[in-house]
Amino acid sequence: MNLKPETLTRIDEVITHYPEKRSGTLPLLHLIQEDVGHISDKAIEWIAEKLEIEPINVFEVVTFYPMFRREPIGRRHIKVCRTLPCALAGGYKTCSKFEQEFNTHRGEVSPDGEVTVEFVECLASCGTAPVVLIDETLHENVTEAKAKEISDQIKAEAANRG
Amino acid sequence: MSDLTEKRIIFKHIDEAGYSNDIACYQKHGGYENLKKAVMLNPPDIRDEVKKSGLRGRGGAGFSCGLKWSFVDRKSGKPIYLIVNADESEPGTFKDRYIIHQDPHQLIEGTMISCFANDVKQAYIYIRGEFPEGARILEQAIQEARDAGFVGKNICGTEYTCDIFVHRGAGAYICGEETGLIESLEGKRANPRIKPPYFPAVLGLYQCPTIVNNVETLCHVKHIMDMGADEYLKIGTPNNTGTRIFCVSGHVKKPGYYEFACGQVTMGQLLNDVCGGPLEGRQFKAVIPGGSSAKILRFGEKFTIKNKDGTTKEWAVEDIPLDFDSLAAAGTMGGSGGVIVMDDSVNMVDALANINAFYAHESCGQCTPCREGSLWMKKISTRMVHGEARPEDGELIKNVADQIAGRTICAFGEACSWPTQSFVAKFGDEFKSYADAKKHKPADALELV
Repeated sequence: MNLKPETLTRIDEVITHYPEKRSGTLPLLHLIQEDVGHISDKAIEWIAEKLEIEPINVFEVVTFYPMFRREPIGRRHIKVCRTLPCALAGGYKTCSKFEQEFNTHRGEVSPDGEVTVEFVECLASCGTAPVVLIDETLHENVTEAKAKEISDQIKAEAANRG
Repeated sequence: MSDLTEKRIIFKHIDEAGYSNDIACYQKHGGYENLKKAVMLNPPDIRDEVKKSGLRGRGGAGFSCGLKWSFVDRKSGKPIYLIVNADESEPGTFKDRYIIHQDPHQLIEGTMISCFANDVKQAYIYIRGEFPEGARILEQAIQEARDAGFVGKNICGTEYTCDIFVHRGAGAYICGEETGLIESLEGKRANPRIKPPYFPAVLGLYQCPTIVNNVETLCHVKHIMDMGADEYLKIGTPNNTGTRIFCVSGHVKKPGYYEFACGQVTMGQLLNDVCGGPLEGRQFKAVIPGGSSAKILRFGEKFTIKNKDGTTKEWAVEDIPLDFDSLAAAGTMGGSGGVIVMDDSVNMVDALANINAFYAHESCGQCTPCREGSLWMKKISTRMVHGEARPEDGELIKNVADQIAGRTICAFGEACSWPTQSFVAKFGDEFKSYADAKKHKPADALELV
């Protein structure tokens, strides 16, 4: 595992938060996914060894929680809320707009590798529906028009990066 | 007309201009004075005060907080843990998000008072994975409180020592169930535990006595400490004390959060007067009063309610006072305070199909009736929307729901069947005639599944 030094420091620190090492499973998965982008077989084995548990104990956690992924995703992660309050405010249209803008389908990486558009369940901001979580930033009242604006901005940032 | 002015206690400073989430601002507004007061008292006295206040849990079940605390096994010799349930994930609920983002120290102070009252030496805040910014804000706030001597070693200069750590979930709704949450905190799949014998108050985290309380509930503890149980009891109605935060979403002019005393406003007042009524040219059709698992209410239906003196009265949906007991008397629940409103543009089969997709996605898969049943309900309602709809589908889907509730380890079984049971019971005609309705659906009809 080729982890950043700060990730390793945070891993060693977070394990001390719990009387039992196994509790570090979710925190370690988060830290490694933030660092590397997804959870590989190697990462599972590495965490198991670090926490003195079996790889299956880590694997079963990875497959249970929707936020952990086994495959790389696009550079930006667009999570559109699918649940009722957002759907009542047009969340399905919002999601389709992002798919259309990036020429992709829900759950897939766009052809240019720039984004992964995903439908997720309730993001707990139903009063400002529809909402979209892009990487770690929540966007509120994302109508189709706003989805277009956000898409344009992401595309512009990608173009600037070259 | 009754008083429609909000009574803001928990949300007093939310969206207030100039109020920031750092400790300096919090202390300028009297922050941590109640913790200082608490650590000079006897823990059992604080517990008695909370019991006397009548505080009921704000996470969904509305269980007495004082009673929950009284179940804690204090003789085992094992450490006692307190876990803050910040897994806010019941669709329609978004109150904890604002507390965490804008007033995290209020939560930390309420947590520390509760920890002191229960001889807790270690607390965890279990925050849902979709709140990465919230988790960072909380960690920062805890560090500020640690540096100021309100968390960690020798709190407020006393012998008392208790730390708080933030633990992030990873997108599973079932972690809101307290024993599922505990399993998750132990690093496992969040399969809820069989109860009894494992009530968390006796055998919880690491098989030690554990208290799990909702974010809003712990904030209330701070205010009970502040005003005393006698004053707190005056807010709300008997057995429904304190304020409630109503999170209103869906088809109203002004969705958002509103804090009122329990029972201060009726459903009609909340939706028509406070939230500005239905959208232009529309009429209210239905409302889910306490998060998406609460049974739906149909505008136009009547409830016969028994008074204490044995006489009866009749309520329309608009007449129901918003408190735990009144909503229960109307056959639903106050739940988490998430009020989801639907107007006459919504077909109820579409709406149920959306809800069923949620619960099928979130079942932990441990109990067969729930794992299979939630999926069947999703498949049937989705087929109705995207494939062939048969007149008998409503009965079929209700039959599946009837065989889940009461047959599972945790309350998810009820949570996933109540929507189907109540939608079919109250909108049966729409299920029978859905095939016909589909033929006349406008091209721009709202897509819900």
